[in-house]
Amino acid sequence: MKRFNKISAAALLAFASQQSFAADITVEIQNLTHGLYFTPIAAVAHTADASLFEVGEAASTELQMMAEGGSLDGIATIGTAIGADVIANPAGGLLAPTMSTSADLMTADDNVVLSVVAMILPSNDGFIGLDNWEIPTEAGTYTVFINAYDAGTEANDELRGSGEPGMAGMPVPPPLDPLLGNGGTGVAGADTNTTVHIHRGNIGDDSLTEGASDVDNAVHRWLNPVAKVTVTVR
Amino acid sequence: MQYLAKHYKKALVLTLPFLLAACGDDDTREVIVEVEVPAEIPDPVPVSYDVTVTNLTNGQPVSPPAVVLHSEGTLWEVGAVASVELERIAEVGDSADFLTLGDASAGGVGPITPGDSQTISVTINDITDANLTIAAMLGNTNDAFTGINSWSLANLEVGATYTTVRPAYDAGTEANTESAATVPGPAANGEGFSPSRDDTGFISMHPGVVSSDDGLSTSALTVEHKFDNPVIRIQITRTE
Repeated sequence: MKRFNKISAAALLAFASQQSFAADITVEIQNLTHGLYFTPIAAVAHTADASLFEVGEAASTELQMMAEGGSLDGIATIGTAIGADVIANPAGGLLAPTMSTSADLMTADDNVVLSVVAMILPSNDGFIGLDNWEIPTEAGTYTVFINAYDAGTEANDELRGSGEPGMAGMPVPPPLDPLLGNGGTGVAGADTNTTVHIHRGNIGDDSLTEGASDVDNAVHRWLNPVAKVTVTVR
Repeated sequence: MQYLAKHYKKALVLTLPFLLAACGDDDTREVIVEVEVPAEIPDPVPVSYDVTVTNLTNGQPVSPPAVVLHSEGTLWEVGAVASVELERIAEVGDSADFLTLGDASAGGVGPITPGDSQTISVTINDITDANLTIAAMLGNTNDAFTGINSWSLANLEVGATYTTVRPAYDAGTEANTESAATVPGPAANGEGFSPSRDDTGFISMHPGVVSSDDGLSTSALTVEHKFDNPVIRIQITRTE
């Protein structure tokens, strides 16, 4: 009986070490799109039972701050609460179309999954999302293509407006300002699906002075995937 | 890879003592004679692939695909500036220049209409770990193309098939006006290749076509020409 206990203890240890191993990783994020900008990116290594967002569930107010205005303050709060290892804003601002950014991260023992979020511009509450991707324990380079989500928290009116959570319209930082129109009448009301879901895309229009949308339909649409995440495990 | 660096070996280094009778002395000289004899040239071993491209779109002809085998690097990738060779494919479907890149190549014959497929055979001698790059235009666009970027064939055994579906890319060399003057496909019969560049300058994922039915009033395209990813299926079989 004593021997049996020893064996199971050893097996448990082996299991535990496989499940929680500190990792030395580099996370690279590339914007694959033709005309979208990403707001400051958060790449977060955390425990498997935590998450930044879940498809089919309402966005947290912290995620909403990120998806509607690009603020990482809420994500940082979540990160602290769940003991996460966080890469915040590796690009030092907006990540332009087709550009890449990367940063290194040492993950704590139990932080075995990776999530990545950043708002996409122009949009009302669109974001790129990698949700609880298991960080491989074997050294190597791994590539994941990720899609655009809608936080489900704001009407996709596609009009210039606010980046504050709960306020209508899209934030318009300088590089986008000359690219967007004015005077749109508004594309859509509140989302039918108010949980996090795959973004339906921008509709836009072909007028910079009128029409329904302030978004340029020949420049600011997209098809998935919108981002490539390359993780190097040492 | 099996090629010898030189097909000739240096051989027969001789030392010949001999008498120069005319001198009458017992004078011995050493002469080194170096001759070259041909070494055996191994027969090249052909390594061949059948590449089948299937058009998954509703209304986009896929231009004759360029299939290129090469040893290293990339011939195109997202984030890079398109080469002129790629631009010629993306803007007008002309693969002639692109096919001169790499170590071996083969081009398709004629466009692949929606729903149709085309098989292209390509052979390279002795090399089993080449990289495969494919590029083909979506004809009813300004500069959309599809393909695969530097996919390693090292693990594809004889008889094995690899299947993948591929998205649409934008060469970034021509603005997506969709105008009748600039779309070369049958939807518009406009201008093909233009050496000037008036778009982002970088290869990206394609945002899709808008079309006149969906709000771009100057577009020569209709809802028939819209697409979503993926746009083609590629099946690669190593045949020998």
